[in-house]
Amino acid sequence: MDNGTHSPLAARGAARTIAHLWMILGVIIVAFPVYYVFIASTHSVQTILRPPLPLLPGAEGYENYRAAFSGEIDRIGGVSLWRLLGNTTLIAVGIAVGKIVISMASAYAIVFFKFPFRMACFWLIFITLMLPVEVRIQPTYKVMVDLGLIDTYAGLILPLIASATATLLFRQFFMTIPDELLEAARVDGAGPWRFFKDILWPLSLTNVAAIFVIQFIYGWTQYLWPLLVTNSNEMNTIVIALKKMVSFADADTPWNLVMVTSVLAILPPILVVVLMQRWFVKGLVETEK
Amino acid sequence: MRRTVFPHKLLPWLLLAPQLAITLIFFYWPAAQAFRQSVLREDPFGLSSQFVGLANFRKVLNDPAYLNALQVTVVFSVLVAFFALGIALFLAVQAEKIIRGKGLYRTMMIWPYAVAPAIAGMLWLFMFNPSFGTLAWPLRQLGINWNPLLDGEQAMALVVAAATWKQISYNFLFFVAGLQAIPKSLLEAAAIDGASRRHAFWTIVFPLLAPTTFFLLVVNTVYALFDTFGIIHAVTGGGPGRSTETLVYKVYNDGFVNLIMGDSAAQSVILMVIVIALTAFQFRFIEKRVHYG
Repeated sequence: MDNGTHSPLAARGAARTIAHLWMILGVIIVAFPVYYVFIASTHSVQTILRPPLPLLPGAEGYENYRAAFSGEIDRIGGVSLWRLLGNTTLIAVGIAVGKIVISMASAYAIVFFKFPFRMACFWLIFITLMLPVEVRIQPTYKVMVDLGLIDTYAGLILPLIASATATLLFRQFFMTIPDELLEAARVDGAGPWRFFKDILWPLSLTNVAAIFVIQFIYGWTQYLWPLLVTNSNEMNTIVIALKKMVSFADADTPWNLVMVTSVLAILPPILVVVLMQRWFVKGLVETEK
Repeated sequence: MRRTVFPHKLLPWLLLAPQLAITLIFFYWPAAQAFRQSVLREDPFGLSSQFVGLANFRKVLNDPAYLNALQVTVVFSVLVAFFALGIALFLAVQAEKIIRGKGLYRTMMIWPYAVAPAIAGMLWLFMFNPSFGTLAWPLRQLGINWNPLLDGEQAMALVVAAATWKQISYNFLFFVAGLQAIPKSLLEAAAIDGASRRHAFWTIVFPLLAPTTFFLLVVNTVYALFDTFGIIHAVTGGGPGRSTETLVYKVYNDGFVNLIMGDSAAQSVILMVIVIALTAFQFRFIEKRVHYG
């Protein structure tokens, strides 16, 4: 970002210092809730329940995390922390990869082939943008029951992998591929698979990385869908399990373990976004325009 | 349309098959069912149903609880969109004034994007929990009778704060991109004409950002309408006393907790109309933007 070309808005002197101060305040507000839960996860239940919470990590951190990973969560929630993390990772990766595979395939078909109802197919996919889960909860749930998909990974993943936005993005990108490239490949005798594998895929990698990050986050943060299609604790995602653990009225809630679970529920997606920031920002700002 | 294409006839259908199958089974079929159910009334056991025309819609639209949810949704969405856009724009402008350290600020600003809405809600409830929230404690010291679990307005403030917090990242990234696209020459010309920075912001920068702002307004509205279900469900459960019950929460509650099918389907259809209107609005506007942009 900081590549020497100053923004047209760049300020100097005092104005710049004030801008820094505002940014620091902004960052504190934005990061504080995450910091707070991390700090809380390193204190004992007694300390957590006696406000104000210290601003620095406590000494119980190791013990809290060890307890959480070695069966304490299992005792409260009926499912181990490892299993929750495994489920959520599987679902998030499954959704991200699934969306990329089927959207690339659809976009490839629509851009590089000619067949009847080509644009009708495109619109059919596009219109799903207007049908989020929230507006068809009841009947979609019934379909899941009829197909026996309740409490299955397929049920958690499949219905969420249709993607109008990813298809749209790949279609746009494929349309920028010059005709000459395809002609040359065909002269060399390359079929659709060879053309895809040797030419199109390498060119698409940036887009794939961007969509992967965005959809991984989408999968990891799902709430309504897993709430509907899972009954068994074993199939919960970490977000749902956390909601089940938290009862603000109940004096016996093991808050230290709740905080540990919260940290583990937010850390993996934050790491993905921060580490893949370059592709994420590009993907987000470019896909959605 | 491209000049050169592959000649295969069957292959494109095979490539499209998975996506089409999923959209038909999990999107179109259920959406059609929602329309069908919205004009039927079923007995509670689902044994028989009869055609009732628009009666379900009439019933829903005359139901004070539904009108309450509509009002809650409007208040909630307006507040979330206003604060999320306002704060993000302010911070994006500050970030653009800075030369060193922008990257670091951005890295910190994008965290909330990765936090699930339900968890965002819980984080805010941890901090503002009346019994042990660290930030609830100073409110009490100030003599405020803080209890979002009992007071409807405080509950609304809490879910608005959590929803806003989560959306700032997204808006910030778009506003930064929008600000960077503004031609430097325009601002230099304004500076030469002696315009103050504040004046230049409102007369040049803000109008040029209008496309980004409109786009974000639609996205934020859709977000506030649909993606915040997790926040409401995890933090307030629509309460206290329906004071945070939004339209989406009510559809869920009527369909799954209270099991009133016809009403729930009618509510779904109303929501579908809202989404279609918003999406159509968004794309109309994007077409315009291509012309000017």
